[in-house]
Amino acid sequence: MAKITLDNLAHSYAPNPVSEADFALKEMNHVWADGEAYALLGASGCGKSTLLNIISGLLTPSQGRILFDGRDVTDAPTAARNIAQVFQFPVVYDTMTVRDNLAFPLRNRGADPAYVAARVAQIAAMIGMEATLDRKARGLTADAKQKISLGRGMVREDVNALLFDEPLTVIDPHMKWELRTQLKSLHHEFGHTMIYVTHDQTEALTFADKVVVMFDGRVVQMGTPQELFERPAHVFVGYFIGSPGMNLLDASVRGGVAAVGGVEIPLGAEYEPKGGHVQIGVRPEFVRLGVGGPGLPVRVRRVEDVGRHQIVRLAFEGREINAIAAEGAAIGADVDRAVFDPEAISVYVDGWRETPVRARQGEAA
Amino acid sequence: MNKTVNQRAWFLVLPVLVLVAFSAVIPLMTVVNYSVQDTFGNNVFFWVGLEWYSEMLSSQRMWDALGRQLIFSGIILAIEIPLGIFVALNMPKKGFWASLCLVLMSLPLLIPWNVVGTIWQIFGRVDIGLLGHTLASLGISYNYTQNAVAAWATVIVMDVWHWTSLVALLAYAGLQSIPDAYYQAAKIDQATRWKVFRYIELPKISGVLLIAILLRFVDSFMIYTEPFVVTGGGPGNSTTFLSIDLVKMALGQFDVGPAAAFSLMYFLVILLISWVFFTVMTNLDKRDGL
Repeated sequence: MAKITLDNLAHSYAPNPVSEADFALKEMNHVWADGEAYALLGASGCGKSTLLNIISGLLTPSQGRILFDGRDVTDAPTAARNIAQVFQFPVVYDTMTVRDNLAFPLRNRGADPAYVAARVAQIAAMIGMEATLDRKARGLTADAKQKISLGRGMVREDVNALLFDEPLTVIDPHMKWELRTQLKSLHHEFGHTMIYVTHDQTEALTFADKVVVMFDGRVVQMGTPQELFERPAHVFVGYFIGSPGMNLLDASVRGGVAAVGGVEIPLGAEYEPKGGHVQIGVRPEFVRLGVGGPGLPVRVRRVEDVGRHQIVRLAFEGREINAIAAEGAAIGADVDRAVFDPEAISVYVDGWRETPVRARQGEAA
Repeated sequence: MNKTVNQRAWFLVLPVLVLVAFSAVIPLMTVVNYSVQDTFGNNVFFWVGLEWYSEMLSSQRMWDALGRQLIFSGIILAIEIPLGIFVALNMPKKGFWASLCLVLMSLPLLIPWNVVGTIWQIFGRVDIGLLGHTLASLGISYNYTQNAVAAWATVIVMDVWHWTSLVALLAYAGLQSIPDAYYQAAKIDQATRWKVFRYIELPKISGVLLIAILLRFVDSFMIYTEPFVVTGGGPGNSTTFLSIDLVKMALGQFDVGPAAAFSLMYFLVILLISWVFFTVMTNLDKRDGL
């Protein structure tokens, strides 16, 4: 178990990177606390696998350092870093039994046989494979093989970090939930530092204490699921997390008011954006529907009932705005206004969240 | 739905039927015909039943040739398979050197068999051959025309030179198909180099290795041209393998009947061995759940 520090870390696959665009991973400084579960979340090609490979030692970064508990491991090989990793596709030793597979990392380190037996039994119980311990790994289903991979990753108690590279891709949906729960309970039990790479927001939000959202080679936000939901630091976090994602509208903002297509929308605080591309963002959960009165003039295009609530697709000047309405709420054809909750509106300049200069004057006075 | 009945489609199969008939079925049946008859010339044949078969089965000459053949195939498999794997493991994985290695490795495979024989026949000559002359100058008694051990060594080294590339290329292809994640996992598990080979590489290439073993076994079991060119089966009968013996019998002595019986039994042995290999391979696939 270790605290992981990324110090001025950056990586480029090009031999002589010149511009920022050459970097697959742009310069970053982060400290990942010991014993926390992190999820690296982002679309394909955003650099999350690059970052994971740098932490596991399969890649040497072109710039900066990486430290485990303050010890520089930038040039240390994978074997010297004492980490465990579970890959996207099951990696099992086909000709070995399930038991030997689980015991392999311990035996290679010369662990005491009695300890190995006890530990293997414990892990087998956790992944639910006690009955198949003496079967050869070859011929098992992909699910079972990936469970062995997970088990082999977790069998060592003294690892600095456990890395997961989209480990549930090949697992059936119902098993996904079960394995994720097991991973979480394991995390509570042993307190390993865990890093979990995924492009699935549900997986990230349910697994991790802290979600690290990556976009275009950058960590755009690192925070609890709640922080990501309430205060997305970047428009990418806004629309990538949430179902559907955040509504983003071009606006001109002055003080506590945003103007969108000639309609004035009150904001929860005052902003003074200095140039750039200004947008306001509000999550569908904070969009209320109304008939007449204040708000953006909209037209209801479609209502989707997804079970626990309804998603209302609205059209505003050719743009789509999504709203979430309670299950069973009647959405009449006469709905023609969308009202945003002022406190839930964020202002973005060139993609990044703008900090309010002060609370709203009306409230302060 | 009405099914169109069109028997003319059979004409499409006709060329293959004709080809197989003339290249395989008719010659084979001629051999079967010879193996149950005897002749005193003038194209007059009379029926002898299984006499030739029982004669061949009790012939010391055939059993000796079979014994030499099995020893030869055993030795070259024991050398070429491990050596081929070793070469494949040490070949560069990608880049310019990988391509260069592949080209160099394929060169021996492109050389016609009689040319291979001629190359080694000259290479090993004590008077003008680079190898033979060097060995003789070093005081090593080497003369493949007089010494049976030297003749065997020459034929075996020649076969290893000619065919190890095939095993190496097949093993190399098998190794290339192993995903990187396996090696990364092995590093993380702190597996030794031997364990990586034993538990990752060997199981993953076992399929292509079986094919390599089958090809090399069948090929070496039928070997004719190279030893014929180099040693002509000698000295004495020391390098007279099955097919060399068969040709001597059929064309040298013109004992068509016994030679026919001999070649049919030879054919059955190869068929049997290929069937065993095929069964083992399909069972392996089943075990993999593929």
